[in-house]
Amino acid sequence: MGLVESGKIPKPLTKLLNMSRRYSMWVYQWGLACCAIEMGAAFASPRYDVMRLGVIPLPASPRQADFLVVSGTVTDKMAPAVRRLWEQMPDPKYVISMGSCANCGGPYWDSYSVTKGVDQIIPVDVYVPGCPPRPEALLEGIVLLQERIMNEDMAERWKGDPIVVE
Amino acid sequence: MVTTESEQMAYIAAQAADARVNVEVETDEGMTLNLGPQHPATHGTLRIVAKLDGEKVVAAEPIMGYMHRGYEKLTEVRTYPQVTTLVNRIDWLGSFANEVPFILAAEQLMEVEAPPRAQWIRTVLFELSRIANISLFLGDMAVQVGATTPVFYAFRDREFVLNQIERVTGGRFHPNFDRIGGLKDDLPKGWIEETGTVIGKMRDFCDEMEELVLGNEIFQARTRGIGVIPPEVALSYGLSGANLRGSGVDWDIRRDANVGLVYDEVDWKVWTHPDGDSFSRFWVRLQETREACNILEQLLGGIPAGPIMAKVPRIIKVPAGEAYVATENPLGEMGFYLVSQGDLTPFRVKIRSASFSNMSITPWLLKGVFVPDIISILASLYFILGDIDR
Repeated sequence: MGLVESGKIPKPLTKLLNMSRRYSMWVYQWGLACCAIEMGAAFASPRYDVMRLGVIPLPASPRQADFLVVSGTVTDKMAPAVRRLWEQMPDPKYVISMGSCANCGGPYWDSYSVTKGVDQIIPVDVYVPGCPPRPEALLEGIVLLQERIMNEDMAERWKGDPIVVE
Repeated sequence: MVTTESEQMAYIAAQAADARVNVEVETDEGMTLNLGPQHPATHGTLRIVAKLDGEKVVAAEPIMGYMHRGYEKLTEVRTYPQVTTLVNRIDWLGSFANEVPFILAAEQLMEVEAPPRAQWIRTVLFELSRIANISLFLGDMAVQVGATTPVFYAFRDREFVLNQIERVTGGRFHPNFDRIGGLKDDLPKGWIEETGTVIGKMRDFCDEMEELVLGNEIFQARTRGIGVIPPEVALSYGLSGANLRGSGVDWDIRRDANVGLVYDEVDWKVWTHPDGDSFSRFWVRLQETREACNILEQLLGGIPAGPIMAKVPRIIKVPAGEAYVATENPLGEMGFYLVSQGDLTPFRVKIRSASFSNMSITPWLLKGVFVPDIISILASLYFILGDIDR
């Protein structure tokens, strides 16, 4: 990755690399609540079938995953575990926040035990609204994420200090 | 209250350190196996800490609360029509069934009764959500013992049921359809015939599951004689639903303590199994899905004509009083203890959800089993995390 680190990566090469990354993604599914079932329908049901988008569900560990789908209510008790698993994922990593609860707290906006938005603990790339979103909506979110990866400048993404986890 | 990002991070790091310490404290002797909070077999976010001696579990403890969303407190600041939106999300697989006991309790206090047509449609949707819930269990249980294919079948056939629910209520998952005094809308045209076709499909699904899973030798080896709950233990732990009937106790609220739904009008049977093991719990649920198809078929043939909404005031104020209504939800007995002081909002709501009681037996049940059996026992107990933690 010397080219990438130097920041002088040729445009056609960027495009090729991005295209390869876009269509070969492992998704780590963080099924928490109601949305987990809709995510299960999108990932495991023959009707929606996420694999046709070039996304493979159910990796053995977060260390293999390219992006994370946080689906459902993140509670304050769960938040450290969400953060920890996100830290275990290798860069470059992306996060899709699925459903109102993960986006902003949703119906539990005034609850004492719910984290109002997973973006308080990890950076989120795509928000999928709905309570719960239909599987089609999650697929749309994945397509948006793929577009985002396609238009990414890799040198831009890699510059700066690496994230150190203590 | 934490405000800046660094404070937030420090708070999270402290929480994580706390969680690590908890595990270390428990590892003073033998090996401690930590399952969850994120584990596919826990249907979400249950954490089980098991102390092992070799392959054997010496002690196991479920740690709950990772999905605690504070329903009981939130209901105190929501008006009665808004509460249904919340309680929908307790057992997210059979959402409509959660609304019914709450609405019935509120109706009891208001001394309103839904018109017969509304009661029938309620029962129809109740049974449809039972099928939607249990069909996923039938596939999921097979996944937990190592067969991947049945869950694809379950997701495939569950879609038909969800479509029918969606056509009436507008929501695949969370219908929010039940109102105090009746229902929001009537059935759409042609719905009854289409549901008849779907029932046929679900019957085929049950047959498929019976051949594919129940008759499978590996499945039987993994579940027969594993996780046996004797009837008196089941009763003393407050188990309900198919877990109780799987232990041979003949108790079903639909038949024995029915409130507000029309189960008396149809001819049906309560299934029990004497063994009390994981296999019998699966078997009972399979038969219940079939029985739900039978109930639905009879109900669809006899929905009476008439209004779907009783006369209720536009702004709902429930008179002061207390009421407890329980129904036989897909997971077991779900009850709402409702205390009202005559306001727009409930004064106090106590939710008796089935999974919490069903889960409380795990320390007793997991003692002495082998590690792989933890998964199949947990799967056969069939809990939903929203239903445990609320």
